[in-house]
Amino acid sequence: MNDNLLEIKNLSIEYVTEDGRFKAVNDLNLKIRVGETLGFVGETGAGKTTTALGIMRLVPNPPGRIVQGEIIFEGENLLEKNIKEMTSTRGNKISMIFQDPMTSLNPIMTVGKQIEEVIKLHQDIPKNEITIRAEKMLETVGIRKERFNDFPHQFSGGMKQRVVIAMALACNPKLIIADEPTTALDVTIQAQVLELMKELKEKFNTSILLITHDLGVVAEICDYVAIMYAGSAIEYANIERLFNNPLHPYTVGLFNSIPSLDEDVDKLTVISGTPPDPSHLPMGCRFHPRCPHVMEKCKENFPQAIEVEEGHFVSCFLYNKETVKEE
Amino acid sequence: MEKQKAIKTSSSSVERKRLGFRKLKEIFHRLKKSTLAMIGLAIIVLLVLTAIFADYIAPYDYSTNDLKNQYAMPSKEHILGTDEFGRDIFSRIVYGSRISLQVGFISVGIALTLGVIIGASSGFYGGKVDMILMRFIDILQSLPDILMAIAIMAALGPGLSNLMIAVGLASIPGYAKIIRSSVLSIKDNEFVEAARANGSSDFRIIVKHIIPNCLAPIIVQATLGVAYAIINAAGLSFIGLGLEPPTPEWGAMLSSGRGYIRDYPHMTMFPGLAIVIVIFALNVLGDGLRDALDPKLKQ
Amino acid sequence: MSKYILKRILLLIPVIIGVSFIVFALLELSPGDPVRNILGTNADPKEVEALREEMGLNDPFLVRYGRFLKNMIINRDLGDSYLTRTPVVDEIFMRAKPTVILAALSISVAIILGIPIGIISAVKQYSIFDNVTMVIALLGICMPVFWLGLLLILLFSVKLGLLPSSGFNSFSQMILPSLALGAQSVSVITRMTRSSMLEVIRSDHIRTARAKGQKENVVILSHALGNALIPILTTIGTQFGQLLGGAVMTEVIFSIPGVGRLMVDSIKMRDVPMVLGCILFVAVSFAIVNLVVDILYSFVDPRIKSKFS
Repeated sequence: MNDNLLEIKNLSIEYVTEDGRFKAVNDLNLKIRVGETLGFVGETGAGKTTTALGIMRLVPNPPGRIVQGEIIFEGENLLEKNIKEMTSTRGNKISMIFQDPMTSLNPIMTVGKQIEEVIKLHQDIPKNEITIRAEKMLETVGIRKERFNDFPHQFSGGMKQRVVIAMALACNPKLIIADEPTTALDVTIQAQVLELMKELKEKFNTSILLITHDLGVVAEICDYVAIMYAGSAIEYANIERLFNNPLHPYTVGLFNSIPSLDEDVDKLTVISGTPPDPSHLPMGCRFHPRCPHVMEKCKENFPQAIEVEEGHFVSCFLYNKETVKEE
Repeated sequence: MEKQKAIKTSSSSVERKRLGFRKLKEIFHRLKKSTLAMIGLAIIVLLVLTAIFADYIAPYDYSTNDLKNQYAMPSKEHILGTDEFGRDIFSRIVYGSRISLQVGFISVGIALTLGVIIGASSGFYGGKVDMILMRFIDILQSLPDILMAIAIMAALGPGLSNLMIAVGLASIPGYAKIIRSSVLSIKDNEFVEAARANGSSDFRIIVKHIIPNCLAPIIVQATLGVAYAIINAAGLSFIGLGLEPPTPEWGAMLSSGRGYIRDYPHMTMFPGLAIVIVIFALNVLGDGLRDALDPKLKQ
Repeated sequence: MSKYILKRILLLIPVIIGVSFIVFALLELSPGDPVRNILGTNADPKEVEALREEMGLNDPFLVRYGRFLKNMIINRDLGDSYLTRTPVVDEIFMRAKPTVILAALSISVAIILGIPIGIISAVKQYSIFDNVTMVIALLGICMPVFWLGLLLILLFSVKLGLLPSSGFNSFSQMILPSLALGAQSVSVITRMTRSSMLEVIRSDHIRTARAKGQKENVVILSHALGNALIPILTTIGTQFGQLLGGAVMTEVIFSIPGVGRLMVDSIKMRDVPMVLGCILFVAVSFAIVNLVVDILYSFVDPRIKSKFS
């Protein structure tokens, strides 16, 4: 029924270095519908950013390499596109907001020029219109157009992130990948940026892949959530279902580790152990060494995703009994 | 449990020293990984041995003329041939290693000592001291180092010790600036404040705490500095301002061979090759040390 | 901006005065008596004394330095050569042309070759091209100009007979000296370009430029090179200093009648005013180049510009 804007199938990405082979993304499956915001949640090193770079085909190579899988965007596999087709997609249909606004702008170019650049690349319009449009984008994100000819070092962190967002939105992309857009910012500015993204999403009906480790941010603007662990999505559901009924032990652990304002808890529970070393991933379910409900089969077999309730997928043997007992 | 506590409460300086030793081992371990740097190190060791045992290695005296054997091409008797006075070129190169090593290490020693004193006091005291010392460095730097060395040689006249002084003085600015900036970045660290709170004198703080912590860039600069010093000294001798003819200095040998390049190119070929090999060794060793001392810099 | 340039030019004055003082004092130490040099060791003592008085050599050191400074600043006069008794300034201006051409040609060769090769090496890191380039650049750095000059003469003049080995009037005479002098700078600039490009290419804003859909060659040549240019410029400045030093040797090897050779000859002849003049010429040229580099910085990097405007 819903049109999938982006569908990732069995994506695996690895980094090969002197110190070994790091499996950053493993057999990942994911989808985003038109106009939907998907929260992509996981610990540092879970492979979120690598996935994002994979969609953009910007995984640094070497050492990175897309091993297998498909990334279907508007019905076409991005991994089969040539470089020219890919450059006309980047910044135009898919754009990306990076984590650290302090370093993601070119320090020797005015912010105006940097916004103009992306418009010039993808829109066939006369020069003066490019400038007008770039100025409008700047104002859309709440920066006076008088600052058009200023350089990045003359802006604060929050302002820079607004410029990055303006750049990302300049060509009305179908999909925005926002990689922890608020992590590097102050709490108050975080709220402003999130508010801005929410507004823009409604205005332009853009789909957003929001990468974060902050469930609070997810609750604020996402429609769906995918939980990432050791390079694969272990749980996927819409926001109400996931927040009201988290299923995977890891997801449950994540929620338990957030301090709650409503309940009076003496001690926060933490997930025991540390995230797995991507060069030596455990056999079977990758979460099993840390899982409180670990069973024998978790140690050998990788659990396939199962739909527990409508649109709520989880990769865990705990929910395997009544649905598919024996394939 | 008890044991762990005991280790933790042991004095912090002991900890740092032990770490320092481990770090040195670690650095050498990383250096060993670079084949090129190890080749460089081997060449330098060989050169030092050559200089020490020159009397045993050289088949002839470096200054004995043999007018029956002028301009001899390389042969069994003279493996690198002879020069315009029939002197054995191989022997002269072997003895020349003494001069190059002396000039290289002593002039770097001079530059390092004065550079550390100037740079450390400049960075440590700041203010007027810094301003005056840095203006002095600016003036030294207003001439390319080889030209400053030429000016000093013009004043002092030729000779080995003058050559070392000239080359050394001319290369002070590089060391002084590196040390000054290292001191500036270190002096506000907590361990320096702690030392000051314990009543250490300025001198003690600089020598015991600050200099050991900016050793890495100094070592790299000094290694490359020996190479520069050897090139500069050879260059000065080449233009006739360094060491004078009978001395078997490589640059001076090149200079005298230059007049015979049409007919007897071996006279310029071999001393030049000796210089290049030594400079190469010091350069790759310096590069290797830089990577080993700061692994972050290496891609 | 113009205020900054003016300030920089004014800051040059104390440095030039400082250099002149140091060199003046150094040459004061130099052995030998200029008057005896001019008149010969057997000259009549009266004549010697008269000439000393005439040349002002009997005045105290500071008086003589003060007079030198005054003449330099007010009359742009650096005194007369002990040897030819003609003004030092005239002689230096006559000899300046080959030196300036030699340095300019060499640095141009270094920039024109070094930057593009460095960029390609960085973009194709660890490729065959990169490896070969890095080996050659390493050898180039180890090659002293005086030996490379001799090798070039041996190969191109003696063996092949293609190019002249001395003089500096025709273009063919300029090729070997410029190559010999520029080779080391080519290597240094290539290595610097490569390493600073490698650093910039890995930075976040380059990823942003790619994520915008910018073409790879624009990303490299505009975004990356623009940012890598600052350390490259610094290197070009210091290399120019090295070139001025190397020019002395190059002029000796290739018998070029430039300031460098004049300096060496004058030192051997103990022609103190001429030596002083030559050294000041180099110091001023070096200072001007450094000034130009500093001004270029502010065009390349807006952060530097905003600091000074």
